[in-house]
Amino acid sequence: MNKVMSNKWVIALYVLPALLVISVLIYFPIILTGYYGLMDWDGIGEMTFVGLENYANLLTDEKFWDSALHSFLLAAFSTLSLVGYLIISLILAGKIKGSELLRKIYLIPMLLSSVAIAQLWLKIYDPNNGIINSFLTAVGVENTPVWLADSNLVLYSIFVAIIWQYAGFYIIIYSAALKGIPESLVEAAKIDGANPIQIAYKIKLPLISGVIKVTIILAIVGSLKYFDLIYVMTGGGPNGASEVIASYMYKQAFSTNDFGYGSAVGFFLLVICLVITWLIRKLTASEDEIQY
Amino acid sequence: MKKKALSVSFLLIVVTSLMLAACSSDTESSSESENESGSNGGDVKTIDFMHLWPEGSSKQHNEIVNSIIDEYESNNEGVEVEVEILGNEQYKEKLKVLSASNELPDVGMTWSAGFLEPYVEGNKFATLDDVIEENLSDAFVPGTAEAYALDGNTYGLPLELNITPVYYNKAIFDEYGLEAPESFEELKEVVQTLVDNGVTPITLGNKDSWTGSMWYMYLADRIGGPETLTNAINRTGSFEDPALVEAAAQIQELVDMGAFVKGFNGLGNDEAKGYFINEQAAMYLMATWDLPEWTTNEDNPQEFRDSVGYFKFPTVEGGEGDINSYVGGPGVGLFVAEESDVKEEAKDFAAFFVEKWGEQSVTKAGVIPATKVDTSETDLPQMYIDILNDLNDASNLTLYADVQISPGVAEVHLNMIQALFGGEVTPEEFAAEQEQALADEE
Repeated sequence: MNKVMSNKWVIALYVLPALLVISVLIYFPIILTGYYGLMDWDGIGEMTFVGLENYANLLTDEKFWDSALHSFLLAAFSTLSLVGYLIISLILAGKIKGSELLRKIYLIPMLLSSVAIAQLWLKIYDPNNGIINSFLTAVGVENTPVWLADSNLVLYSIFVAIIWQYAGFYIIIYSAALKGIPESLVEAAKIDGANPIQIAYKIKLPLISGVIKVTIILAIVGSLKYFDLIYVMTGGGPNGASEVIASYMYKQAFSTNDFGYGSAVGFFLLVICLVITWLIRKLTASEDEIQY
Repeated sequence: MKKKALSVSFLLIVVTSLMLAACSSDTESSSESENESGSNGGDVKTIDFMHLWPEGSSKQHNEIVNSIIDEYESNNEGVEVEVEILGNEQYKEKLKVLSASNELPDVGMTWSAGFLEPYVEGNKFATLDDVIEENLSDAFVPGTAEAYALDGNTYGLPLELNITPVYYNKAIFDEYGLEAPESFEELKEVVQTLVDNGVTPITLGNKDSWTGSMWYMYLADRIGGPETLTNAINRTGSFEDPALVEAAAQIQELVDMGAFVKGFNGLGNDEAKGYFINEQAAMYLMATWDLPEWTTNEDNPQEFRDSVGYFKFPTVEGGEGDINSYVGGPGVGLFVAEESDVKEEAKDFAAFFVEKWGEQSVTKAGVIPATKVDTSETDLPQMYIDILNDLNDASNLTLYADVQISPGVAEVHLNMIQALFGGEVTPEEFAAEQEQALADEE
């Protein structure tokens, strides 16, 4: 086997199919998107070359920066929520009764499609018949909030749904990572008299720091390009109060028929995600990984 | 080592080019074969037809389409109609993609005005004036085919026509001793009475802001007359016209009275309709495409359907508009692709389709066709007959604002409608912002 793998031709042969598929389906369209971003194009008729005009407009487009701000807020909230997911995973990793069942319960939202989740939360937030407002009315609140119709609340209402949606995903990642920690380390700590909080903080967390880094990148980049729940629940409204970069891009391309500008937004989003991924890797780079 | 790297990259290039070559030759051969079957296929000519009424969600529509196609095929030996069906939103997107790659179906469905424009400018749709002159002169309700015209040529044959009355729940009105209002003052009194009794007066799904736009358009029409808004859009007038600002102020007055269902800016139209169907709200302004809901749809309780009535949008005292002017317009229409291989047959099929559709759609699917309907010979629910008769008396039909204007400005308009209803902007700002967007377009 080693002999075969030392032949560069063979390596090339094995790597090629995947490389070709990924180039044609992913890298080529990315380049194409950047190229469309240089055009004035309605998606149907002739394209005309306008150079960097779309990108220049983007930099001064208030609506774009509003939606970018919303995306960054979402990124901040999802990163914060990682702490919550981590705490839940640590508790579940302890030998408490029913932790298997609880882990499965947390996973269920992940099995639902985004549209189903959106419909579910639309019902929950319904201003008159929804479960939240029915409860608030029952306990005597007079002016119940209108959640998705209130420009100040709408963004956070959706964030709650998104954080709920991804709980299972991150909890399962953390749980798997925690399972990989050798039992002997924990036992040794116990014998030395460490309490559960010390074990979690001093032993478990450092050992899964690599996974934590990955989840931070996943959460931030995932938030920046987030689209589904927002599109279904509010469509970016009312009056752009819940618009994020991806929904703004979709609107520009498909509702206002400005494919050139939409492509520019999309390409810019890619650049933002690349820069941020690089930044996070830079900031969280530690000298050497801790070994068991 | 360097040599190895070189040879690897060489291999990469060879394989890539092979693959690309394979792709291109493939498309060539397929387009060739298409041409053959199209141009010199003496035996069977195939018309590709794309529509948006899948069997699942629009059963009756789907059945009518199929029966028309069967009839056409049996009348015309040697012509075959190939059907492709997609749901509404997917249809719009696919049409765009097909058009970009020059593969539009021979006959398909389009919307009027703003939707049609880029296709006409890209020279994708064929003119249909000859078809109208030959087979369909005087067949359409005035104003409908015109909505598909650009620079004097018609590019679509309308299939549907909708106007927007205000539906109301007679049972709720009776309970509080109310009558269908005829003036805006009376409407406000009705709203006040209902609010005082804790009943939601009007349901509105303003998440899909075209719904709120209809309320605004009616008030603009009743206050400033039918031309004011149209003139603002075609730039012979201004959006900062006092009548248009006043209409916006009236909207906010209604909102402040509590006329609209709580949380309307977060409700979609379907959810809002649910409030009306569940008798949680007394009034609902919507187009006549919802008529089957109040008449023939067995899913809604008989008791509810019996209690639904409608009234024309009330007039405003001192305003210019009259009560027989409607917001509305044609829905979908048929286009014929400019680059179709079987253009003549496609045009013939489209004309045949429109004619047959007009005969069957209202009785079988409850759709009001854009062709004239003879109400005396049909067996229809009374509400249909009333609406069809009102339609004959219509003094004016104003096309939905978001369809009239270009997609870019429509986005601004719809956002501003949400902001206006939500109290985020003043009527003056509302007008100024749209004036700005319209002026930027010029």
